[in-house]
Amino acid sequence: MTDTRPRILYCNCTYARVVPPSVKRDVLRRLSDSGVAFDAVPDLCDMAARKDPALARIAASPCTRIAACYPRAVRWLFHAAGHPLPDDGVDVSNMREQTADEVVERLLADTAPAGEAR
Amino acid sequence: MSKTDGTNLRVVLYEGPGSEPFDGDARADALAALLDNGFEVTRPALGGEVADADDSPVLVLGRFDAETAPADRDRVAFRDVTDRSADDVVALARDARDETGARALDAWKPWFPVIDYDRCTNCMQCLTFCLFDVYGVDADKQIQVQNESNCKTDCPACSRVCPEVAILFPKYKKGPINGDVVRAEDVQREAMKVDISALLGGDLYGSLRNRQREARERFSTERDESRALLERKRCLTKLQKDLDIPNEVLMSLPSTEAIEERAARAKAKLARRQSESQSVKDRDAPAPGPTEDDWGI
Ligand code: SF4
Ligand code: SF4
Repeated sequence: MTDTRPRILYCNCTYARVVPPSVKRDVLRRLSDSGVAFDAVPDLCDMAARKDPALARIAASPCTRIAACYPRAVRWLFHAAGHPLPDDGVDVSNMREQTADEVVERLLADTAPAGEAR
Repeated sequence: MSKTDGTNLRVVLYEGPGSEPFDGDARADALAALLDNGFEVTRPALGGEVADADDSPVLVLGRFDAETAPADRDRVAFRDVTDRSADDVVALARDARDETGARALDAWKPWFPVIDYDRCTNCMQCLTFCLFDVYGVDADKQIQVQNESNCKTDCPACSRVCPEVAILFPKYKKGPINGDVVRAEDVQREAMKVDISALLGGDLYGSLRNRQREARERFSTERDESRALLERKRCLTKLQKDLDIPNEVLMSLPSTEAIEERAARAKAKLARRQSESQSVKDRDAPAPGPTEDDWGI
């Protein structure tokens, strides 16, 4: 059976100040408190430039939720890394434009809180 | 090690069997501090998916009982962080990074063009324009960003010469270059800017060549370095304004000779492309190849 639990990816945009720090911090804090599993990366742009294999694993997931910046930028960054995101099953929230509430709501929709680690 | 080599250390904040859960503030502070210092962080939990184990080194941090803390194994280290501050956690991660040879936080801002292939028409304007060999073509002659780290930080100039608004810089301040939706008026505005010929009243390389030569001649006759520099600056102001090129980039433009060499290489590439497409044309159905106008040279 296909696993459809969402994989959550948070981009911290560490190397630039284009994402409002208050939104970033709020989203991260609420993800941290939520008890769901997630991956957090310092900077997706940097990973794309390095063609980081971790992007391949994220792109291979059937259901992915990403908190970063503009969806068009995120999509073509994965492509540039050689690991294009699938057309379906990917939801990108834009922390440059959306509020922390909107982003967190999309990231955590229908996710069960965690129990123990896997 | 180049700016784009190496693997990040991945830190796992572990709260499963054998480890006490983190306090909310401690977890959030550690997460933020680790990310700000260039470490990837995974928070595993039941009911969710995280990246699988791979070849990158992993540091597992938990509030382990002294007796139950797992022993280190190949590429995976375990550390107890009970009552440790976020700074301590970052120090542990730095030690693990040094021990495993993982990549250190670099001073570079990952600034490079990203192509939106839904828009790109493979016209090669960007390849012809960029003086720093950032662009190239793949085996199928498709435009590609090949040398990301050659790109000049904060310079979005090639995105301004792309007729299709197909070049993104995700860290740029404004849309649509930052990846925001491309609107009809953006395409129109960029199309007006793109006309490289119109930009400097002639072809770009020709203009740069002439202007640099003039500045150099003036310098050699007048022996006045500051005047020559001023002239160079003045001549390039229009280019800077239209294309949003940072001053440092303009002042670090290659020499006249290097620009001439690059233009010659671009012409040779073009000639090769033309003769290749000619032989394909001769062999198969007719297919028009790019013209000098297409390449903007
Ligand atoms: S993908 Fe967007 S949010 Fe992430 S590092 Fe790049 S510009 Fe910043
Ligand atoms: S200038 Fe734009 S459309 Fe032309 S090849 Fe480059 S990215 Fe593609």
